[in-house]
Amino acid sequence: MTDLFSKFDPLIAERQALLDTGVRDPYGIVMDEVLSPTEALIQGRRTILLGTYNYMGMTFDPDVVAAGKKALDEFGSGTTGSRVLNGTYQGHKECEEALKLFYGMDHAIVFSTGYQANLGMISTLAGKGDYIILDADSHASIYDGCWLGNAEVVRFRHNSVDDLDKRLGRLPPEAGKLVVLEGVYSMFGDVAPLPEMVAVAKKHNAMILCDEAHGMGFFGEHGRGVFEEMGCQDDVDFVVGTFSKSVGTVGGFCVSNHPKFEVLRLVCRPYVFTASLPPSVVATAATSIRKLMHAGDKRAHLWKNSRRLHQGLRDLGFRLGTETAQSAIIAVILPDMEATVHMWQALLESGLYVNTARPPATPAGTYLLRCSLCAEHSDEQVDEVLAMFQAAGRATGCIN
Amino acid sequence: MSTRDDIASRITAQIEPFNKKRVAIADATSFAKDLEWDSLTVMDFVAAIEDEFDIIITMNMQAEIDTVGQLIDAVAKLQSA
Repeated sequence: MTDLFSKFDPLIAERQALLDTGVRDPYGIVMDEVLSPTEALIQGRRTILLGTYNYMGMTFDPDVVAAGKKALDEFGSGTTGSRVLNGTYQGHKECEEALKLFYGMDHAIVFSTGYQANLGMISTLAGKGDYIILDADSHASIYDGCWLGNAEVVRFRHNSVDDLDKRLGRLPPEAGKLVVLEGVYSMFGDVAPLPEMVAVAKKHNAMILCDEAHGMGFFGEHGRGVFEEMGCQDDVDFVVGTFSKSVGTVGGFCVSNHPKFEVLRLVCRPYVFTASLPPSVVATAATSIRKLMHAGDKRAHLWKNSRRLHQGLRDLGFRLGTETAQSAIIAVILPDMEATVHMWQALLESGLYVNTARPPATPAGTYLLRCSLCAEHSDEQVDEVLAMFQAAGRATGCIN
Repeated sequence: MSTRDDIASRITAQIEPFNKKRVAIADATSFAKDLEWDSLTVMDFVAAIEDEFDIIITMNMQAEIDTVGQLIDAVAKLQSA
């Protein structure tokens, strides 16, 4: 009998070889206690969190937590049903209303995760004979949405407007086309040239879906995302997002002005064939979204933190994923997995948690330490973070 | 429209800059097994082929192509379409 697990042997061996060098497992961290949006206890040590997507620090907001507790008391722990059967409560509709208000759009649909939002939207919008044109560095949920559907899939080079134009130009003019973009690309934290991309997509009569998972909350006047900041509010057909980043809970959504949008509730399989979010989750999400509309001061502080960390790391001699801070993600590029894990462990032992990322999740075969900032990180915490990077970088030989 | 031989020689020429191991190219040469290309190399190579022939090879089609011979046939088919 063939052991179906034998295909994973190379990965198991690689992982074991790394752990045998005595390092901790970067993908096995447990937060024993979470003290605030920016600090947790890991193995008894107070640790600054610089690897979460809690950009706006909403997870411990008193209003958000109170709304969740109230919904838990009044509506119970879960819906035990699909959105289209018994799983739509007043809270789900309120959450969709909050999204419509936040984005200034006519329609909103809430999914159980951000991953499912992309899976559902992409696989349902583009059917047999249609084309999906996506950036090569797209998130796994976008690729998986392509594989779930029946459309033809075409990639263009990351953030290349010319390449997008060329590829669209080679497709049959009459075919349905969906161009999928992201406001912020999560590995390097770079943003898309949306106005140029949108213009090219329009020229070729394609519809546009923009994923704002890492842009919601702090780009644009109302915090809608990169598309708002860059003035593309009226040109993007579908905005996909998540509650698991700036909103501070879990869930996914899509907003749109398309007049036939509501039919998706009947035809979108990742919406229909799964249980809806628990009442406490949609209550926390709705409250958080409403508060994010008026979070100008937090936005400003998050940008200040991001720029300070970027400049500070650059001054220390680290190689970074972007020339300037384009988002709240600052990616430190290291030469290989070993250097990355040693640096990661040195930081962890000094009291700082960051993410590691490696191929195939990363572009161009790079190894990364990914830092993501929070609006609740204080100026002093950013100073501490930089001091820890300096010490760990020197101890591991990553910087001089 | 090009003949199969013409397409084959143009594809072989496009393979050259990516053929780091100097593998001899024949119809049966596998991109993954013989040339040992990773996904990034495949993407660059596919873009080069698309530009050379002014075609689109969708990811769905790429999944069906393992050998040089299969690529030649796929390009011939796309050109006649």
